[in-house]
Amino acid sequence: MIRSAALAATLALASFTAIPAALAQSGKVTVVTSFSKDVTDPIKAAFEKANPGVMLDVQNRNTNAGVKYLDETRSNPQTDLFWASAPDAFEVLKSKQLLQKFTPTAEGIPDKIGAYPINDPDGYYFGFAASGYGIMWNTRYVGANELPEPKEWGDLAAAPYYDHVAIASPARSGTTHLTIETILQGEGWDKGWQTIKDMAGNFQTITDRSFGVPEAVNSGQVGYGIVIDFFAFSAQGSGFPVKFVYPTVTTVVPANVGIVANAPNAENAQKFVNFLLSPAGQEVLLEPSIRRLPVNPAVYAKAPEGYPNPFTDARFKAMTMFDVEKSGKRTAVVDTLFDQLISFQLDDLKSVTKSIHEVEATLAAKDNPQARALVKEARALIGAVPVNEEQASGQEVLAAFSGGKEKGARQAEIEQQWASFAKDNYAKAKAKVAEAAKLAN
Amino acid sequence: MSLAFTQAPARRWRMPGTTGQIALALGLAAFLLAFLLVPVGSVIYVAFTEKGTGGFTLINFADFFRTDLFMRSFWNSFYVSAMTVVLASLFALPLAYITTRFEFRGALIIQTLGFVPLIMPPFVGAVAMQLLFGRNGSVNLLLNEYLGFRIPFMEGLNGVIFVQAIHYFPFILINLSTALRNIDRSMEEAAQNLGSSGMRMFRRIVLPLAMPGYVAGASLVFVKVFDDLATPLLLNVKDMLAPQAYLRVTSIGLTDPMGYVIAVVLIVVSVLAMWVSALALRGRDYATTQRGGGGLAKRTMRPWEQVVAYGVVGLILALVLAPHLGLLLLSFATIWSFSPLPDGFTLAHYSRVFGESSVYIKNTLIYASIAGLIDVVVGTAIAYLVLRTKLIARHWLDWAATAALAVPGVVLGIGYLRTFYDIRMPDGTPLATMWIVLVIALAIRRLPYALRACYAALQQISVSLEEAAENLGATKPRTVRRIVVPLMMGGILAGFVTSFATAAVELSATLMLVQSNADAPLAYGLYVFMQSAAGRGPGAALGVIAVVLVAACTLISQYIIDRNQKTTGAAR
Repeated sequence: MIRSAALAATLALASFTAIPAALAQSGKVTVVTSFSKDVTDPIKAAFEKANPGVMLDVQNRNTNAGVKYLDETRSNPQTDLFWASAPDAFEVLKSKQLLQKFTPTAEGIPDKIGAYPINDPDGYYFGFAASGYGIMWNTRYVGANELPEPKEWGDLAAAPYYDHVAIASPARSGTTHLTIETILQGEGWDKGWQTIKDMAGNFQTITDRSFGVPEAVNSGQVGYGIVIDFFAFSAQGSGFPVKFVYPTVTTVVPANVGIVANAPNAENAQKFVNFLLSPAGQEVLLEPSIRRLPVNPAVYAKAPEGYPNPFTDARFKAMTMFDVEKSGKRTAVVDTLFDQLISFQLDDLKSVTKSIHEVEATLAAKDNPQARALVKEARALIGAVPVNEEQASGQEVLAAFSGGKEKGARQAEIEQQWASFAKDNYAKAKAKVAEAAKLAN
Repeated sequence: MSLAFTQAPARRWRMPGTTGQIALALGLAAFLLAFLLVPVGSVIYVAFTEKGTGGFTLINFADFFRTDLFMRSFWNSFYVSAMTVVLASLFALPLAYITTRFEFRGALIIQTLGFVPLIMPPFVGAVAMQLLFGRNGSVNLLLNEYLGFRIPFMEGLNGVIFVQAIHYFPFILINLSTALRNIDRSMEEAAQNLGSSGMRMFRRIVLPLAMPGYVAGASLVFVKVFDDLATPLLLNVKDMLAPQAYLRVTSIGLTDPMGYVIAVVLIVVSVLAMWVSALALRGRDYATTQRGGGGLAKRTMRPWEQVVAYGVVGLILALVLAPHLGLLLLSFATIWSFSPLPDGFTLAHYSRVFGESSVYIKNTLIYASIAGLIDVVVGTAIAYLVLRTKLIARHWLDWAATAALAVPGVVLGIGYLRTFYDIRMPDGTPLATMWIVLVIALAIRRLPYALRACYAALQQISVSLEEAAENLGATKPRTVRRIVVPLMMGGILAGFVTSFATAAVELSATLMLVQSNADAPLAYGLYVFMQSAAGRGPGAALGVIAVVLVAACTLISQYIIDRNQKTTGAAR
């Protein structure tokens, strides 16, 4: 009797507390994301199942447009969450005070993945999936053209890869920016640029959005692409004839989620973050169309055979430490350097690279030390950068890139200087190679 | 034989205009000010500010002319636009001539099919074209295997010209065809009575009389290509002006002046091009509809002529419709990678798309129809004010509306957010988040198309018909309603169709202004699909649905135009 009364009381209590809970659960939550439907749909379905009554509304924008959108709408936000890959974008949002603090309830997530901290130390955004950068290629294309399979970034600079490689412009793709920054931090400023420009001489195309690269590789328009891992894994999952490799100099960085400052549905937004970091949310990442690396090590127990695990695989431990602050500070400079030295001078760069490949082929058959020296000088001219590492994050250059706030050099002026620096150097290099070609023959 | 070119007769309207006309002009000015000039101004004023002080300066324009990249881009854009007009004319002239001048079976279908290239859904269209014409597309893979060479259809500036001409030649086709249909048969009969026939008559009578239509189409193609960024970007050609503006605005940021400097240059060149095209037609009277009926007599072709005509039409259609064929294949393909044809075929993509995209389709139809409607109403009104009144500064309405062509969609989108976000609706939601704002943005973006079509249509109507109506006691509004608009119907419908069809696949402004999935149009759905490997098939399926949908609407309007022509023709 007493027991049943207690039960009734508990039930009554439960129903009492359940009513406000149910009320709180009703409603919606709006997320701005750069992720494709194949990623958002399964997560949306799982989230709505776990939180009945809450509807997840997905707004798709690319990362840059999303940041701009949040900035333009800050006076009266209509969105609750920002959900994207590039940690840089979250740094920008955080510095503009467009995110709010939160402490997720999830357990079992370590502080670091590889050498990279998973969450923002100040609690403004949270890593929910890891991704590494690497090289993907179309096996049919590579087979038909009898091309090699690359292992390292430097491999892409070799002669056989000429005119077969694609990359997205780092100014347009947050993930490519991280790739470039990874190479610069891993190999050092000068050596890094040399590697990047040697590779760039072999580029067939520089696309203006991240997905342009896997798209071109998937359809066989180019052979190799420099991409983030899940582009390759999800393409494999969909049946495309592609392969992928992580080079040694790479890094695993988390894709993130953060709650927008003054979010209209903050409570539901917190539910979403908690869900995403819970085991149930993490498991959704293993689906073939998503294929991202969960940040909860326990979830890998359910992963299919051969799934890369950054927590146990020794390769990932050796990967470069990535300095977010350094990267964030010089983002605009690195991107503009890339565009002015490479994207907009690609024809010149390719033409001199092609000549170098030809001369080197001749020299391999019949050596000539003088010609070799000239080729070396030419390579150095190609690799030269108009600013050194200190200048790149120095006040003078940064002020020019800061928009309208400070007086000083204008960005357009500096760009023109850099562009003519590159143009001159490529022309000089071309002359040296021509000289070398004469000597070698 | 300069009969067709009588000097423009002295018109009656010497006074500035009636109250109604002034009110109409002010209303239009307010509309353009609120939805075009202010939002765009709120973004591009940066072009004129000095770094650091924020004061007025022209130094940024000096930077523009001092930068090699921008000057190279400028000349590249100019070259590509001019060459595209040439190539597009080669595609459009035979189609327009054959289908309007001869008894040609399937003329209606050809007119519609010839229009379809304009409806190229973003992203999927690009993928389909690469799969067919790209370096390792079907054509080149086959060429390379059997003949050992490739043709660089899609590379460099020539690639841009090729794709742009395929994409935009319908502007010339649709405007030229409408103009040809509007030529009064009496002109042709007069020429025949005087002993002219064949090519001579075409060269001396028909073509000159159709000039307003051709110029309207050609100038649109020029300006559109000059301002277009989608095609150069899909071919990864960056040294052209519009892509430079877009890349700067979206990657360097809103505070960088150079993106807006380029936008200003684009706007100035576009308006100049329109001005030049108006100059080319000035001082001549193209009005031939004096008896309220029209259309050239259609001739039957001799058998050998038929063979040639079908051959030419077939060849052009095969070329310009190839991208859509590729799209169709892609939508049924399982995997299509580095091979002339897909590995296998499936219906799965359609079944995936049908469930979730009905909302996109509904939204697209609603948005594009309203936008097209706004465009023809505003376009007719502006054309009427410019051509039929002497109001001061009336040309500014035309130029302002035309400038919309040169405003990058993303600039317009951001401008709308800036201008309308802080205007709150009664329930607290910002005005900018209402779907109607998206519709207005689409209407503004597509207004130049409708305007040019309406303008050309009105140019071909003789003012004497209106004078006759007024002499018989009709008021001005009544004259417009009962005489001018019915006679312009062909041009208005052409304008509606162009605006509607292109608004239906517009992406850039859409992407900035879409606030929720439930309000999103098809182009946004496509964008979302085309961000992943698994989404390529469904994206293509959605693209096919979009094309079929818009083409069906076009066919219906073409049918209406045709029937309209027949009834007015019969009434004579």
